[in-house]
Amino acid sequence: MSFPATRGLALLLVVLLSLTACSGPRATTTAEPAVTEEDTAAREALYWQRQEEARSQFTPAHVHFMTGMIGHHAQALVMSRLAPTNGASPAVQRLAARIINAQKDEIATMQKWLRDREQPVPEVHIDGLKLTIHGAGEHGMHHMNMPGMLSQAQLEELAAAQDGDFDRLFLTYMIQHHQGAITMVDALFDTDGAGMDEAAFRLASDINVDQITEINRMQQMLDALPTAAQDR
Amino acid sequence: MTMQGIATLFRWQKAPRWGVALLLVGALGLAACTPRTVSTPMVADAAQGDLVAPMPGPDAAPSPDPRVGLGAGLFDAEEAIWNLEKLSSTPPADDFVGVTSSDLAFKDNYAIQGNYNGVMVWDISNPNEPELVTEYLCPASQSDVSIYENLLFVSGEGLGGRLDCGTTGVRDRVSDQRLRGIRIFDVTNIREPEYVGNVQTCRGSHTHSVLKHPDDDENVYVYISGSAPVRPAEELPGCSGASPDEDPNTALFRIEVIKVPLDNPDMASIVSSPRIFEDLVAPPEHGPAPADIRALEQARAEGRFIVEFGGQERVLPDQFAMQMLRGMVQQRGGSGEPTAADSTALREALPGIIAQRFGSGDDEGDGPEPGPTQCHDITLYPEIGLAGGACEGYGLLLDIRDPANPYRLDAVADSNFSYWHSATFDNEGTKVLFTDEWGGGGQPKCREDDPMEWGANAIFTIENGKMVFQSYYKMPAPQTSQENCVAHNGSLIPVPDRDIMVQAWYQGGISIFDWTDPRNPIEIAFHDRGPVDAEQMGSGGSWSVYWYNGLIVSSEISRGLDIFALTPSDYLTENEIAAANTVQLDYLNAQGQPQFVWPASFALARAYADQLDRTDGLAATQIAGVRAALDAAERASGGTRRTALRTLAGELDEAASGARDSAKVRKLAQAVRDLAG
Repeated sequence: MSFPATRGLALLLVVLLSLTACSGPRATTTAEPAVTEEDTAAREALYWQRQEEARSQFTPAHVHFMTGMIGHHAQALVMSRLAPTNGASPAVQRLAARIINAQKDEIATMQKWLRDREQPVPEVHIDGLKLTIHGAGEHGMHHMNMPGMLSQAQLEELAAAQDGDFDRLFLTYMIQHHQGAITMVDALFDTDGAGMDEAAFRLASDINVDQITEINRMQQMLDALPTAAQDR
Repeated sequence: MTMQGIATLFRWQKAPRWGVALLLVGALGLAACTPRTVSTPMVADAAQGDLVAPMPGPDAAPSPDPRVGLGAGLFDAEEAIWNLEKLSSTPPADDFVGVTSSDLAFKDNYAIQGNYNGVMVWDISNPNEPELVTEYLCPASQSDVSIYENLLFVSGEGLGGRLDCGTTGVRDRVSDQRLRGIRIFDVTNIREPEYVGNVQTCRGSHTHSVLKHPDDDENVYVYISGSAPVRPAEELPGCSGASPDEDPNTALFRIEVIKVPLDNPDMASIVSSPRIFEDLVAPPEHGPAPADIRALEQARAEGRFIVEFGGQERVLPDQFAMQMLRGMVQQRGGSGEPTAADSTALREALPGIIAQRFGSGDDEGDGPEPGPTQCHDITLYPEIGLAGGACEGYGLLLDIRDPANPYRLDAVADSNFSYWHSATFDNEGTKVLFTDEWGGGGQPKCREDDPMEWGANAIFTIENGKMVFQSYYKMPAPQTSQENCVAHNGSLIPVPDRDIMVQAWYQGGISIFDWTDPRNPIEIAFHDRGPVDAEQMGSGGSWSVYWYNGLIVSSEISRGLDIFALTPSDYLTENEIAAANTVQLDYLNAQGQPQFVWPASFALARAYADQLDRTDGLAATQIAGVRAALDAAERASGGTRRTALRTLAGELDEAASGARDSAKVRKLAQAVRDLAG
């Protein structure tokens, strides 16, 4: 862990000199007059030490969850990337774009979580419908067996669907996929020590509520699809 | 043109005060200090008789935005500030360093700051040097805090909170040591909180809202919102995470209401679990994104078929349109390609066909959709009997006149909203603003390419108990990938007759914006720091920020407590700030909205005069007269002052009908009359 270097007196001077009566925007570096530089350095060291300590409470169940969820999220990217090319409706395209944005960020968060704890970090490679996970040790081998994951045949079926058919299939499969993620969160919280890692608790809780909310929204979109009713 | 000519022109131009202000700036030689460097050539042009140069509008925010590219650092990050003055930044006590600081509550001269390790109490009597008077170590996430009289409530949701406030966490899946719910402290002596009780709940308490009903002085009610998974029944009997059809007593799909007898807070218990989400089927989508509107308009322009389905207009896919057109041809016994007449006939018949094929949509009969399972925040505004519930995919408007039995008045959903997080009403209760904590607060959702409708605020007007979408607002400065940033907690600032809100955006800093015009919210002040760490996402940023008795107080997740004061600007005058500061609150909770009442003051009258000036609501000469009269009255005393004020009020009554903004002139007249006593 690298500590940002403590800056010198020069900056303090800059601060004092910039405290003029101007009400305009300004960028300054602020130091606290009542706090010595040593105090600040000690406090900063304590901050990074606590961040480090918080990373020593994890269990194998956490590692299993993070590693699996990276693969799980990666498949959502594969599915969502089809939306613009397969004639998805604007609403489904927006949903897909948001899933890509959200799950890419969460993959990065989970990779950082593993890296910070010196665990193998799965790297995601997507080539069309082909999803490869590298660097996750034995976990990588099982990434297709997670709850809710689509089979390759289902992925190909989705890739072949167009327009209204695509919308319906995408929503159906993404609901299935999201439900799998919730099952994974439940499984994590059903283990001893699950709450000992605050960052993992928060991420898993966020995934839980976000995906429950999104399932609800997708179910509504599915119910409202004119094509679905027309084919009955 | 002579100087006199310029002065005359300025007086009668549409926005004279900019010119006057600029002349003053030039005269005082303060040009180097003003952010609007464009002003100098403007004045020069004016002096040369060239008045065609556009007047700088009050929307001239600093450019380039100084929040972009700030240097990283934990306690030494670069900062950008506009129309605010930072009075102090005080780091947390050692026990709380490196652990998330969360929400704030206020009582008297104290700010109470939650932290995942417990609670800190700051004496903010001297905002330049707040004093930490209480450090109470008692870990639980999120430790959101609320206060009422001598009782302090603290939320516990995480799996590591212990009944005994121990710091070792709870490892076992099922444990009788675990606290998930509400802790209650007696803070009669705020320097020595006394832990008096808990109420355990099935999902724990992510946040909570304290409701003091105006007619009940013996109890307060606490609405619990929990977003973590349901705990096992072995740990808390009766808890069930099953779906409602499997278990009607499921902890999902409900909120919990705790009744706290003020004299016996240890007797606090759950009195009801209202299912405010019941039968919440998909409401029509509100606030379509600009892209949706454009797509629909384009389709209409192209002559494609538009159908209304599920309360929303949609474009009929071409293959279906073609099918139906062929049907029209067949129906008239024709052949070949459909004609323009077929097209017109189809257009007329479409609504009927849709209704026939799909029904009205109300009688689908598979039973109600389950809807959301919980709320994140519920903002209570007891003086108007309303609450705003931010509940997963919905924003709810609730009637809370019966505290134990809130019920739903309206619900909105929005295709741009990921996760409804919290609500803020305007003071009158005619508008409500909801936030979308897209990504849960840990993700960087303010990057250059993140859409401005995502992770933003949505503003609604409340019309006959229904919410009507108006616009989105998102803190406008793009942030780095190392800064978690999304809409989070804030409060109104009591500037009279304007809706101004201060809001935390995590590492996106603090944004103050005016949403008086619900369709055109505009930023008027900000503060931001660079990222905690330049290389990776570090923990930091403003969790929440509130106006409290003239101060803007922010809970910085890692950097401690920041206190700011507003500074006068084009957007907010000294008088408006002074009028806001006449409002004094005894306490403030994040999810309890107080009704602001402005006592009579010269500042209030001058604030109204400034507002009339800003919008040309009254003729400039008349405004000058009002200001002079107010100054004279303030210098006078006793009967002379009273008479002067009454005279002025009478004159304003007369001027009101001819003014551009009659309503505000009448408010000014009333303020002057109140001042006369």
